[in-house]
Amino acid sequence: MIRKTFESEIQQVKDEVLLLGSMVEHAIIGSVEALKKRDIKASEKIMAEDNEINKKRFAIENQLMILIATQQPMAHDLRLLASCMEIISELERMGDYAKGIANINLRMGEEPLLKPLIDIPRMAQKGADMLHRALSAFINEDVEAAKGIPVEDDEVDALYNQVYRELMTFIIQDPKSIERANWLLWVAHNLERVADRVTNICERTVFIATGEFSEIKSSDDEFWKK
Amino acid sequence: MQNTQIPEYAIETKNLFVFYGSFAAVSEVNLKIEKQKVTAIIGPSGCGKSTLLRAFNRMNDFVPSSYVTGEVLMRGQNIYGSNIDPVEVRRNIGMVFQKPNPFPKSIYENIAWGARINGFKGNMDELVEQSLRGAALWEEVKDLLKKNAYELSGGQQQRLCIARTIAIQPDIILMDEPASALDPISTLRIEELMQELKKNYTIIIVTHNMQQAARVSDYTAMMMLEKDGSRSGTVIEFSETKKIFTNPKDKRTEDYVTGRFG
Repeated sequence: MIRKTFESEIQQVKDEVLLLGSMVEHAIIGSVEALKKRDIKASEKIMAEDNEINKKRFAIENQLMILIATQQPMAHDLRLLASCMEIISELERMGDYAKGIANINLRMGEEPLLKPLIDIPRMAQKGADMLHRALSAFINEDVEAAKGIPVEDDEVDALYNQVYRELMTFIIQDPKSIERANWLLWVAHNLERVADRVTNICERTVFIATGEFSEIKSSDDEFWKK
Repeated sequence: MQNTQIPEYAIETKNLFVFYGSFAAVSEVNLKIEKQKVTAIIGPSGCGKSTLLRAFNRMNDFVPSSYVTGEVLMRGQNIYGSNIDPVEVRRNIGMVFQKPNPFPKSIYENIAWGARINGFKGNMDELVEQSLRGAALWEEVKDLLKKNAYELSGGQQQRLCIARTIAIQPDIILMDEPASALDPISTLRIEELMQELKKNYTIIIVTHNMQQAARVSDYTAMMMLEKDGSRSGTVIEFSETKKIFTNPKDKRTEDYVTGRFG
């Protein structure tokens, strides 16, 4: 027997999660793009759109609560719906990082960028790409793909490291650049966090498919030891 | 029945088959039922849940042409052994049925009668009160003990049947759909009562209501007809309830608990 109503409601939730994910992806790329061009209007738009992201997250949460209350999901269904709850919260936080980047552009006012952005857009691109594939793996419950993505966090960490060292050099050469360097450091930090949260989504996907909680190893811990 | 050694489990079945004539209603059941826990038996209609439950107190003996092979071990002894008296077996195992079935007597007599014929020589008033308290019914009926049991509500009658069962102090209480004829509040009372009862008794419950199995039981046995079309039921998965309902191993269990079977 197929539970037609329930299955179509589950499908709807998954579609909504995917939609939320694409809003976040768009916000991450857009926030860095706006910063790169020092486009204040675009950053304001990103900040306004973060409200939409938050609203969407609450709407999905509500939908999930209703499904759990009315359909009493078990086993795989339960793991899926409980994990969606977690995933939308991760997505919403990623949206906040993009909003934070947009906010930095606004706060910089008339100050020019300390340097042309090269590695930061790469970080954004890489993070958004990882997010995109993590959500595909979630939808398809592709365990292999989900396990493979977190390793790529190393690339984002390497870029972050590079940005960090470069900005330190600017600060040492000219202490007056501290504030402008700090803004960019904050941007890079936000992007580094985005990639970390992608890992959490991948872990959920593995849990939905297998019922096993396992932390997927990334070399993040080692990064902080450096 | 004599205690030869302290057995680890309340009931252990070894390669148990239950036949009605040449038809094996239940096949190859190997279960270890933990003491002082609630074990639920779930599965679709006609898969042999009640037959298996009734094998635990030799109730199937009343069905002509029924017999079992394999073993059902209680207190270290096979209850189908040639030297075993089925009446003695049932004295250790209480049973509660789907439809409350009190005797057409007073509330007091419903409890006293069974105890009396079982040779109870102690203080009967005390036993009645203890049993009614044990079944969470005392406060509601303490001033109505002389009333006919039929004047009670369905939920109260079911708790009276539970009180009657615990009055003979069994090891094990079997419950066959004990709440399916009750309203939600009475159902909840029975479910809460089971959590109290398991402190002293081993409980095995057959239920169609999966949410109920999930709520009340510590272990769950999933039964299903065997694949080969033999129409014989067997236990396909037996595990902690939390595992059965969050991450079952058998695809058929997954389909059943997620409501996709049938």
